[in-house]
Formats: sequence, structure tokens, C-alpha cells
Amino acid sequence: MSSRAPRKGENYELSVDLNSGYAEKRKDAIKRVIASMTVGKDVSGLFPDVLKNMQTEDLEQKKLVYLYLMNYAKTQPELVILAVNTFVKDSDDPNPLVRALAIRTMGVLRAEKIIDYLCDPLAKALRDENPYVRKTASLCVAKLYDLKPELVIENGFLEQLRDMIADSNPMVVANTVAALTDIHNAASARPSSSTSDPGIFIISPTILNRLLIALNECSEWGRIAILNALARYQAQDEKESDHICERVVPQLQHANGSVVLAAVKVVMIHMRGVRREDLTKQLIRKMAPPLVTLLSSPAEVQWVALRNINLLLQKRPETLSTEIRVFFCKYNDPLYVKVEKLDIMVRLANESNVDALLSELKEYASEVDVDFVRKSVKCIGQTAVKIDAAAERCVHVLLDLIDTRVTYVVQEAIVVMKDIFRKYPSTYEGVIPTLCANLDELDEPEAKASLIWIIGEYANKIDNADELLNIFVDTFVEESYSVQLQTLTAVVKLFLKKPDSSQGIVQLILNKATACDSPDVRDRAYIYWRLLSTDPGAAKAVVLANRPPISIPRTTVSSALLEELLGEISNLTSVYHKPAETFVGMGRVGVESVQHKEATFNDEDPFSAKKALQTVAAGQYVENLLDFGNEATLDGQPTGLAATEVLTQPAAANLMAGVSANPLDDLVSIFAAPSTNVISSASPPAPPTQHQQEDLLGLF
Amino acid sequence: MASLVAILDLKGKPLIQRSYRDDVPPSYVERFLPIVLEIEEDGQQVTPCFSREGINYMHIRHSNLYLLALSKRNANAAEIILFLHRITQVLVEYFKELEEESIRDNFVIIYELLDEMMDFGYPQTTESKILQEYITQESHKLEVQARPPPAITNAVSWRSDGIRYRKNEVFLDVIESVNLLVNAKGDVARSEILGAVKMKCYLSGMPELRLGLNDKVMFENTGRTARGKAIEMEDVKFHQCVRLARFENDRTISFIPPDGEFELMSYRLSTPVKPLIWVEAAVESHRGSRVEYMVKVIAQFKRRSTANNVEIYVPVPDDADSPKFRASTGSVQYAPDKNAFVWKIKQLAGGKEFLMRAHFGLPSVKSESEVGNRAPITVKYEIPYFTVSGIQVRYLKIVEKSGYQALPWVRYITQNGDDYSLRTAHEKGSAPIRQST
Repeated sequence: MSSRAPRKGENYELSVDLNSGYAEKRKDAIKRVIASMTVGKDVSGLFPDVLKNMQTEDLEQKKLVYLYLMNYAKTQPELVILAVNTFVKDSDDPNPLVRALAIRTMGVLRAEKIIDYLCDPLAKALRDENPYVRKTASLCVAKLYDLKPELVIENGFLEQLRDMIADSNPMVVANTVAALTDIHNAASARPSSSTSDPGIFIISPTILNRLLIALNECSEWGRIAILNALARYQAQDEKESDHICERVVPQLQHANGSVVLAAVKVVMIHMRGVRREDLTKQLIRKMAPPLVTLLSSPAEVQWVALRNINLLLQKRPETLSTEIRVFFCKYNDPLYVKVEKLDIMVRLANESNVDALLSELKEYASEVDVDFVRKSVKCIGQTAVKIDAAAERCVHVLLDLIDTRVTYVVQEAIVVMKDIFRKYPSTYEGVIPTLCANLDELDEPEAKASLIWIIGEYANKIDNADELLNIFVDTFVEESYSVQLQTLTAVVKLFLKKPDSSQGIVQLILNKATACDSPDVRDRAYIYWRLLSTDPGAAKAVVLANRPPISIPRTTVSSALLEELLGEISNLTSVYHKPAETFVGMGRVGVESVQHKEATFNDEDPFSAKKALQTVAAGQYVENLLDFGNEATLDGQPTGLAATEVLTQPAAANLMAGVSANPLDDLVSIFAAPSTNVISSASPPAPPTQHQQEDLLGLF
Repeated sequence: MASLVAILDLKGKPLIQRSYRDDVPPSYVERFLPIVLEIEEDGQQVTPCFSREGINYMHIRHSNLYLLALSKRNANAAEIILFLHRITQVLVEYFKELEEESIRDNFVIIYELLDEMMDFGYPQTTESKILQEYITQESHKLEVQARPPPAITNAVSWRSDGIRYRKNEVFLDVIESVNLLVNAKGDVARSEILGAVKMKCYLSGMPELRLGLNDKVMFENTGRTARGKAIEMEDVKFHQCVRLARFENDRTISFIPPDGEFELMSYRLSTPVKPLIWVEAAVESHRGSRVEYMVKVIAQFKRRSTANNVEIYVPVPDDADSPKFRASTGSVQYAPDKNAFVWKIKQLAGGKEFLMRAHFGLPSVKSESEVGNRAPITVKYEIPYFTVSGIQVRYLKIVEKSGYQALPWVRYITQNGDDYSLRTAHEKGSAPIRQST
């Protein structure tokens, strides 16, 4: 006898009832056992008593006992063997429901002892005359493979599955494809796998045709399995690519959004092989309406769709170019949906729709939710940077917003203005007094740093620049490091522009900064000091050098990664915008394997490797890239627009991303630092960076 | 694919769960809510999918419940999120309401359903009509043991054989929901029509149906000219019973319908719609004492139509009190839970225009938030015998081998969508009330 419960308490009573002479009482007891199991009580001790009730004509009772077995088989491996007889008997039952139930349950018991008895009934079930049993059996092969692959191979189940792709029943075909794909994934994930591994599922042209036929007939979920297999198929030639696309396009009309996305994926993949311009155009045209319709789904589905649409637009911006209005936020949308919509709106902004967009963004900027408001303001700035012709209108909207004097709106607007100054130098100097008038209201480092940068940059145009900067010099010690860095640089700029009137302030700031406890601030102060004292001309060349103008990049991930993600549409990869290695498995393989992948992708874009590394780094540590690389450029402005675009995690997650406290940041910034310029414009690194790095070395 | 599916209460306690694959231990379910709280505490957004320590959490909200799926792999997020929604649909159809209590009372049947709806992490049968044929609350009362309905695996997986009706009838409801956003200037910023054709089928045997609409593309393809207006549907979605390839070929909507009630198709039009019901409000706010509203509604549709059950929600500050209303028609109520007052008009005839006034007291101490309630005015309504798009059912052909005659009935209705909002509440002096023309 195994460990029995003591002769009292709930479990004892249950045990008595389970052995009762009355069927009704026994069944009721089983229900109570399951109820206890559901609320998390341990009823594993009742195993033998429950098992006695397994042989019954009552289907509901049988299901309950099976359910109990699924939960506790692992805890009572030596007792499971007692269930084998009933299982084997049930797999021969005249009722297909019972046969399928037995096969399905045996597959998930995961007990060695059962497994050995599974093979014979399974072989029979795969040939069962009832399709319901066959479709259940085909998935059971995948379950068995997960547990003991060698048994599957020895018994020839794989060959049997491959034959079943030709089954007359579309549901059986769909489940068979799902099982083969599952086995394929398991086989190819093994480190020692090779193409000769029996588990590898290669889709031949014959299989392709069968799948295309079954696709039109099977249930919604079956279609997804088949579409996923089609996505893996390597088209032999252009004609075949055309054919696949044409056959898959009707699925875009399916009511199930995940079927639509799976179809979009297949089309995006096989469109690479399509050479006919008109067909490509037609395919893209057909994809747009179903994508828009996904926005009428429940919020969670919308969000998944939006994340994927964002990727699609990076590759094919023309897909939804006229549809910006459908992305306008609804008042009751959850924030995570609104934030994604904002990103897409900016992506779709062009000269013809920018007025409607700006009026929306302005409306959003007066809503209640602080995160949404900030993001909306940021989008106004991005629109300004993106569309030259609209920049002035954007600036006017920003000035209107600054007029509201709502502190977080004002601060965000100032950060954004700095980016506009970077894109359009010396164009909007007229607004500087308005910005400076709000100086007292600023309490966020980023806003302060931005305003200080603007003051430093236009020091020669602002009469009282030294007074304004003095305010920050006075509070220097209390400020955060980013503000300190900006203050330091701005004062030096002021000195270089107006040497006569600012001798005192520059000396003061250098004294304060070299005594600072942040090495970054200290080092930068020393560099300036040395530069100023040895060669003021060089100092000018370094500090006042022209920076490359910023722009909104078309993609947020490297082109190689983008292709990979587009091939995974609707999967988590394409929802997170991160390669799968970063969130599955050990989570530590990231950087190396991506490097490896970059090599295999053989991409001509020299920057994409760096970006992919950033993506990995950002993905693994879910940190904010905003904070990387500050140290590298003298003007120290990778924050704000230019940098936000590199973010790869879901935008919502970043809204308020804090300052990173990750020790690996330094490592990460090695990748990030030289690429600040890459992000900005993909132009050659600016000379100041190099100068500074040389000087840095000189210090040691 | 999902390794585990669970239903949790708002405190994160699992009410019921089912493991489908062994790679994610069930104990991870209980980590879900702490992670959610942690994300919220960091001031970030909780998105429907997120990853922690190698486990992917995918979830949806349904009233006071979380439905959660876990996976260790690069799972198909769209499929799983939709599957979770489908679970709620099926459970709602089984128990009317899906909430903590109905789950506790029906755990046996939910286990059965979870077993049938997903296998090894792959969704299987999620048609509640078919499931109800062999998984029922009264199964133990059945003399005969349930068998799998052939429909589960048939090519026609949505209809069983041998259905008989004495009177063969089909009811078609064409329902159009209008989503619309009017900006503060009074222009329509966004509008769309979401249409749905819903059917109630009481037909014997295996009938073949063919539905004809005044579809512009179909007319163009066949070279015929439409009598009257033809409409251009931008995106059409069909119930799985409709033969998609056939539609793709010649725009024919042909199908074998499920039995009973179902949604045959849905479509979308983004043709600009003029607001059928126009509402605007003039707001006179005296900080620290009172706020007054003058609301005007105009029925901007033909005189022969009437809008029923019109409800106009006008947002008010959350600290407003002692409401007073005066309306030229209908009734007005304060709905403090929605921070709004509701003006209800049972019947609003086309072309008519009405006014109402509201008066609220405001506390003399100013509320904390600097930004007021910026919610738009929203409107609910139904206009029977009318579609905005002009869609029409031209014919519904029913062919069954027994050759019976069946009667199709068609009804049209237009209503508000889930987002019919107008940002037309103006502080006095900011913009003039539009003159009705």
C-alpha cells in the first residue's frame, strides 16, 4: 500500500466515498476531489482510490478520472501502471470519443511506464476509421516525440505522419502538419541536429499542393498550422511564388484575425520571390483593408496587430499610406494601444495628412493621462523632424502647448524643441525667449538639459545667456549628471562665443565640475580645461563643430533583423520586435548568435550589425538606449528623438523607462556609442567624437 | 502554441488552469500578477504579452478576470490571444455570464471544454454550437453516451447532419455601426461604417445558400449595371462557412450555413459619413461655484426615419454636484460613475432639433488635477429600416436537395459603433455654436 491519508479529515472522507457501493456517491466524490485539486489542495494521496473508478461507462466520470491522472501521474509513477489496462482497453472502445480521449490523455501523462504501452494503441489510432481519433493521434505522435524521440522513430510514426498529409480529412491534415512542425522544431533545436535528422520536416512540392488544397477546407486553427508550414516552404521558382501568393490571398478575408496575420506572413515571405511588379502591387493593395479591419478587434488583438503593422510599414510604407485616420486614438483605447497608434501615425505622416495629424496630436496633448500626453508631444516633434514643410506648423502647436503652462507638457515640449533646433539650426530662434521664460518651471533633468543645450548653442544670440546659465551653475552640485554635463558644455560654448564677458563663469564651472564625483563630468571638465588652456582654436573646432543633422530613421531594427521579423509575423518575435534568441531558451546566447546570423544574412548595410547588437542588448536587459552613449559625443545629445527611434522593446514599456542601473551598460555602450551618429543620419562619425576620444586616451 | 491556460481572478489567484505541455511549471501562473504589479510600479504599461525569465505571459481581460496563457517558445501571439478571446466567448455561451462564480460552479465542464478546445497547445474545436452537441451540463442524464459529432472533423465542421424544421425560415439582419470622431472645429476627423450580416437559420438538411448584395465590385466584374446604388465594401470578412476562393474568383457569397444564429459576414466602409446625430454643448464654467451646459441635438437624417433609444453622454467635472436639468424633450439623469450626464430621448424624428440645459454646483476648493475632464460627448442610438451605406440584400437563394421552399426575412438597422464621439463641448467664448442649416 502506498502512503494513505490518516483516518480522519477531508481526504479520508473522500477516500471512503470513492470506495462507496453507490455509483452516484463515487462520482460525487470524484468531483469533490477535482474541486480540491482546482483550489490547489494536495489530493495525490487518493490516487489508488480514484484509479478504481476509471473503468466506467459514464463518460463524464471517465474524463474526471483522466484529468486527475494528468495532474498526479508524475507524483505517483509506480501506481500509474495500474491505469494502463483501462487506457489500452479504452483505446479500443467502440465510441470514437473514448478512443480519442484515451490516446490524448496517455500522451500527456509523461510517465515512462505508460509510454511503453502507448505505441501499439497509437499505431492503431493513426489508422482509425474515425477522423476525430486520427486527428487526436497525430498530435499524440508529437507528444511522444517530446518525451522519447527514439520511440517515434523506431515505430515508424514519422513515416506514418507524412503519409497522413494526404489524408482525406482536412482537420487531420492540419493536425498532422502541426505535429510534424512541432517535431521539426524540436529536432532542429537540438545542438547536434543536421538536415538528415529524421525529425526534420521538409516540405516538398507535392506536400505544398496538398496543403494548398486542405487550406480552403479546414477549420480556422487548422488554417494557421497550414499557413505556418507554407511560410517555411522554399519556393523553387518565381512561378511557384506567384502561385502560393495567389492561393493564400483569399485567406485575408477570414474572420479570424490570426488567420489573416498568418496569411499576411506567407504573402510577405513569398512576395520576395515575386518579380512581377503588378502582382506585388496587387498583393500589397489586398493586404491593406484586412489590416485596417483588425483595428476593430478587442484591444489585445489590436495591440498584437499594431505591433506587426509597425513592422510591415517599415518594410512597405506604402501599404497603408492613405489610412492614417484609422489609427487616430479612441478616447477609451487602453494606453498600450494608443502608444502603438502614435508610433504608426508618425510613420504614416506626410505632407497631405499632416494637418489632420497635428490637430489630433494637439488634442491628445490636452488629455489627462500624463504618459500619453508626453508621447503625443514627442510625436509632434518627430513630425517636425520628418516633414520639413510642416516644421513651422509643428512649432506653432508646441508654442500653443507651452502656453498651457501644464508643467509636464511644457517640459516635454522643450525637449522636443531641442530636436527641432538640431534638425533646423538657426530657423526658429524667435521662440527661444518663450522657452527661456519657462526656465523656473523645469524640474526634470531631460528638460533642463535640453534648455541648457539650446542656450549654449545660441549663446551669441541670447543677450542674457550668462545670467541664465549662472542659475544652473549656482545649483550645479545638486543637479543630476546629465544636467551637469550640459551646463558644463554650454558654459564652455558661451565662453568660446563671448570670451570677454564669461571668463569668470567658465573658471567657476571648471572648478566645480572637476571636483564632481561623477567621472564623466570630471573627465569632460578636464578635457575642456586642457583644450582651453593649450589650444583655444582646437577647442573651438571641437566644441563648436557642426553636428550632423538628425532625421527619423525609416526602420527601428536592422534590415536583416527586419526581414527575419517579417518572416515571423504574428509570433512573439514580431510582437516584441526582438529576435527569438533573446527571450527563449537560456537568454544568454544573444549577442554571439546574432553576430553569427548577421554573417549568414550577408547584408550590405555596414551599420545593421551594430544595430542588431543594440537590439539584442536592449532586448536582453530591457534598458533604455536613451542612456547609452552620452559620454561619447561632446554635445552629448543622443537623448530625445534621435535616440528614441532605436528603441526596440514595445514602445509602451519605454514610456517612462528609468535610468538604467545595469552594470552591463558600459559594455553595451561600447556598441551604442559610435552609433549615435548612425542613428542620427547614417552619416560619417562627426569629427568631435574622434577628437574627444583621442584626448581621452591622452589623459591616461 | 500555449503550454498552459489559466483563468485568474483580479488578485491573480488561479480559479482554474490546464497544462498542455510540460515545459512550463504550473507554479508560474502565480507569478503573473506580481510581475504585472511590478511593471505598473515602474510606471510602465502592462502590454498583453510580455516576457520574464524565459517565460512568455500572454493575457486578456474579461470583466473581473484575467485569461492567461504561458509559453516558453516564440509562440504565435495572435493565435493565442484570439484563442483566449474565443474561450471567453464559448464560456459565455455556455454559462451566460463568465465570472468567478460561474467558473466555480462549473469547473467540471470547463475542464472538459479546455480539454476539447486545445491539444498539446494547439487550438482545436472552438465552435460552441458544435461543442454543445457533445459536452453538456446534463451529460450524466443522457441515456446514450455522447459521440463526437461528425461536424468536428467534417469539411463542413459547423453543421451537423439530420437537422429538421417544420417551417424553413431564414432571418437576415443587416446591422451597420457607425464609428465617428468629430473634432473641436466640428469637422469629421474620422468615420467608418462597420457592417455585419447576421443570420438566424432554421433550415432542414444541408442547404446551399447564395447571398446577393449590391456589391459594386461584383457588378463591375460581371459587366452588369446596378439598378440603383451599388456599394463598395472595403474589407469583407466571412464566417468560416463561406467559400473564400469562390468569393475571390467571382464575388459570389455561397455557403452551407450553421444551424441557428451566427454572423455570416462583416464588412467595413471608410466612406465619409456625416454625423447622423449631431450634438454640441456650450459650457459656462465658473470655477469654484458652478458650471452650466446648453446641449443641442440635431437629427441629421431624412424625415421618414426615426432614431430610437437615443442616449447622449455629456462629460462633466468629476467633482460636480447638485445637478439640475431642463430638457425640451426626453429625460436627463446624472451618471456620477461615468462623470457625465445622460440625456435620453426615446424617439428622435429625422430633421428635428432639441435643446436641454444642465446646471451643476462645483466645490469652492479647486480639485487637484490641473486638466479637466477631456472626454468627448458620446451618443448611442438605433435607426431601424435604414443603412447608412445603402447596402441591400438583392436575393438569398436557398437550395436543398429535398427541394423545400424557404422564406428569407431581411431587416436593416443602423446604430452607433463603439466609438461615436464628438469633441464639441466648447467652453463659452472659445468657439461659437454652429448654426443649424
